[in-house]
Amino acid sequence: MTAHMKMDEPDRRNRLDAMVQGIVGTPMDRPDGPKKVTGTATYAHDGQPAGVLYGVLVRATTARGTLDDLGATEVKALPGVRGVFHGKRFLRNPAQGTAGKAPVQGSADIYYFGQPVALVVAETFEQARHGAQTILLKISAGDAETDPDRVKPETPAKKQSEVGDLDAAMASAAFAVDRTYSTPGHNSAAMEPHAAIAQWTDGAVTVHASCQMLRFNVKELADSLGVAESKVHLLSPFIGGGFGSKLGISPETVAAALAARELGAPVAVALSRPQVFEATMRRSETEQRIRLAAGQDGRLTGIGHEVLVSNLPDEEFSEPVTQATPFLYRGENRVIGHNIARVNRTCAGSVRAPGEAVGVTMLEVAMDELATAAGIDPVELRRRNIPETVPTKDTPFSSHMLEAALDDGAKAFGWADRPKPHTATDGEWLLGCGMSSAARVNMIMQSAARVTLNPDGSAVIETDMTDIGTGSYAILTQIAAEMLGLSPDRVEARLGDSSFPKASGSGGSVGAASSGSSVFLACEAIRETLATTLGVSEADLTLKDGHAIAGNTRKALPEILAGEPITAEGEIEPGKTAKAVKQATYGAFFAEVGVNRVTGEVRVRRMHGSFAAGRILNKKTARSQCLGGMTFGIGMALTEELVHDLRDGHIVNHNLAEYHIPVNADVPQLTVNLLEERDPWASPIQAKGIGELGICGAGAAILNAIFDASGVRVRDLPATLDRILPGLPDV
Amino acid sequence: MTPFAYHRAGDLAEATTLAKSGGTIIAGGTNLLDLMKLEVMTPPSVVDITRLDLAGIEPQEGGLRIGALVTNSDLAADARVRRDYPALAMALLSGASGPLRNKATTGGNLLQRTRCYYFTDTAMACNKRAPGSGCAALGGVTRLHAIFGASDHCIATHPSDMAVAMAMLDATVEVTGTDGATRGLPLADLYCLPEDHPERETVLAPGDIITAVILPAPGHGRQTYRKVRDRASYAFALVSVAARIRVEDGHIAEAALAFGGVAPRPWRNPGVEAELVGEPPVRATFEAAADILLSGAEVHDGNAFKSPLLRRTLIATLSALTKDHDA
Repeated sequence: MTAHMKMDEPDRRNRLDAMVQGIVGTPMDRPDGPKKVTGTATYAHDGQPAGVLYGVLVRATTARGTLDDLGATEVKALPGVRGVFHGKRFLRNPAQGTAGKAPVQGSADIYYFGQPVALVVAETFEQARHGAQTILLKISAGDAETDPDRVKPETPAKKQSEVGDLDAAMASAAFAVDRTYSTPGHNSAAMEPHAAIAQWTDGAVTVHASCQMLRFNVKELADSLGVAESKVHLLSPFIGGGFGSKLGISPETVAAALAARELGAPVAVALSRPQVFEATMRRSETEQRIRLAAGQDGRLTGIGHEVLVSNLPDEEFSEPVTQATPFLYRGENRVIGHNIARVNRTCAGSVRAPGEAVGVTMLEVAMDELATAAGIDPVELRRRNIPETVPTKDTPFSSHMLEAALDDGAKAFGWADRPKPHTATDGEWLLGCGMSSAARVNMIMQSAARVTLNPDGSAVIETDMTDIGTGSYAILTQIAAEMLGLSPDRVEARLGDSSFPKASGSGGSVGAASSGSSVFLACEAIRETLATTLGVSEADLTLKDGHAIAGNTRKALPEILAGEPITAEGEIEPGKTAKAVKQATYGAFFAEVGVNRVTGEVRVRRMHGSFAAGRILNKKTARSQCLGGMTFGIGMALTEELVHDLRDGHIVNHNLAEYHIPVNADVPQLTVNLLEERDPWASPIQAKGIGELGICGAGAAILNAIFDASGVRVRDLPATLDRILPGLPDV
Repeated sequence: MTPFAYHRAGDLAEATTLAKSGGTIIAGGTNLLDLMKLEVMTPPSVVDITRLDLAGIEPQEGGLRIGALVTNSDLAADARVRRDYPALAMALLSGASGPLRNKATTGGNLLQRTRCYYFTDTAMACNKRAPGSGCAALGGVTRLHAIFGASDHCIATHPSDMAVAMAMLDATVEVTGTDGATRGLPLADLYCLPEDHPERETVLAPGDIITAVILPAPGHGRQTYRKVRDRASYAFALVSVAARIRVEDGHIAEAALAFGGVAPRPWRNPGVEAELVGEPPVRATFEAAADILLSGAEVHDGNAFKSPLLRRTLIATLSALTKDHDA
């Protein structure tokens, strides 16, 4: 039995609200929590089979060149070494998200410093690592370009747009901003490094790996290995964070499978932290020219957002910096520009809300500059610029919660009571407040799940959906429990197995609404069957606490099932609602910072976010997503930066000691308000994605607070003290 | 990591003998093990001294004798250190992270290696790691690097906070040699400047083991340790200032200063202290002292900010330590 829905029409039934179990939306603890805190959750590199061999990847030490010879003779003779592998199937870099096919392959052509060009396999991890470190690669160096500013960029026509006359709008504006901002590269910095264990049996390979989107990853792995998709079984039941870096299959997984096939033994490969930095995805650095033209009342008449990003040759992905710019604020004259520099740097891909994370952040700094120039309160300036439809188009919004978030956030933070700019101090600390809007495009992806109601009245969910720490286990359990009237401990969610029905996977904030809808649809089908059995309509069936109530009778589910399970598969796919309306999630950030007037050090003192993302499925995991996003925002604003040595393009700070993600001491009390909303256009569960919203603009509240505190406007991130000091008065 | 022999020393004599024959001393291992995994260091044998009786803190001649195996956490928590040498406690607590401080020892902290990005990446030229290979930091990324005491062959900094405070406190390092004899060495003299041989970092001879650090009787006046860094915790100092100042009758009677994050060793400059002594604790005095300190600075593109940063930090530190006296 299959229940399929194409999202062609809004679903205003709000079926989940009609259920009575009372589980959806509650801050239910993660069912997988105890496994994680007791160390029994099996991550990619755990659960190693008997006889496993260990592989360690070898890095190229040039930005461009040809690998002439591995120089592996001596390494092969080292104790314990079982083989050195390379060749045309090695991945140059990870697959981009949703690619569904192999990325550029081949270890002979070197395109960036740190590219994995070989795998040393040995009986112990230490032997393999030593072999990888001492191999004497013979490389002919080629001409590299490591600096995006020195390249003539590509300007793809389909990524440019122009409406009206922005130049004229700028010339006649009462207030205008025309500034260039820059953001550095970022690393996902997931806690769990990328890892894989591969084992072949009868021409088929089973791979335990850390992957976000199995339905695509199976295709990517099969294509990379040159085998049929049916010969690849991928398992990712637990993932220690991905943040985009595990969307596509990555080099260690393919290398492990190639070596395991050759050696006839299971092979485990884990990346070291420097390898995660060098050989998985980076977020591209960006240069962003932002132009804002406004009338006396602060209403925008024009917006220009022209960007330069970079990537390796032959990569389709380029950081979609301007993704939210076309719809966030009003203005009839608009320019979008997108330029891509091809450079010999680590592959650029999806990292923590690609596009809006950096694009909305800098747009929101520009909006603060406009508010200052126009003398309008920053919250009010945004409120005045909320468009009625997508600007210059008639496309309506599915819902628009920006104003509600601005108002709620301002109230929660005490925005109206903040001190005047540049006046508040606490000893050496100059205090200031800042705010910014949050916005992220919303969508769903095709997603399927199978739900079985067992004869004993328990239920099992099976889908290849992943839980990357976000709470998929929790919310899918809650949806099934709600729909089937079960206590959550009677529902088991089985995820991360490519033999299960194919889900959206986790990425682009689509996971909860997409896979949640598939579970909802399967459960609806099960309800239909139960109703039919009971001779009532599905709408008249009440399921609660393991019992069915219909027509003045209450029966326990096992009694109705009479020894037979009911199994249903639910599948959602995007449809006309994706284009008929503009779907987005919104929020507002408010931050108070201290700027040390002696040293220029910045510390965030408090931060608040109010967010709307349709139905909130679990208040605890949703809040945690927002806390994580805001923490990323602190990192983006103040500390995180991939530093490249332009002489050879290598990433200098390729570890967590020198790539500064925020530590506990950098993160103050964060507060989150989740606004009540149902978006019928988004999904049959009226939920939208919330995973990335918390970072989309977060850094701007901090940067704007720095200006409010000190008068120093930081336009090049991160706002390290050396960028603040020149603007501070003498001590 | 290359295979290595592991010896657990039963007594000090055994440890010095093993060290003399090529063994590398290991205690907390918080730095050495990382460097061995990266093959930045490839000792053929390591000598574990954690069973030696060197973990005590005892009074000595009005000061304190700190055993080489006292952990950073224990030293920072010692009531006498907190009372009489607060700059040292502050420096210790500003370093690394709680778990690291629980393992890291006093002797190991002194002998930790630089965090220069090019030293810890074996694909890069580094005269300290591979003598004669060159210095990739020159012309490269220099945010962490020295503005004092560097050479054309190495611009790395010593990363310790603890050592900066100890240098300011005029600590002495107690060294035991293979002959069993101990000798005292002013902490500031423990470290060599890189000059033509950045691979030579200390004056210790093969077989020498640091067995203690001796703090002299606490000086008078006020002391502090101020560390400036890129995030609130778990980051090395961009600059740091350890200071003790005594004001008497409206004039600075004593001044002791040491600086971190700016040199290959805890940096002292007697000229700066001399400039302060005898002068009133006023802004002009602090500026004159800062001028003397910074007059010797040699900066690169990536660390030029350290000059104004150190100047401001020094002036603010002196101002804070003399605050009630400057009216």
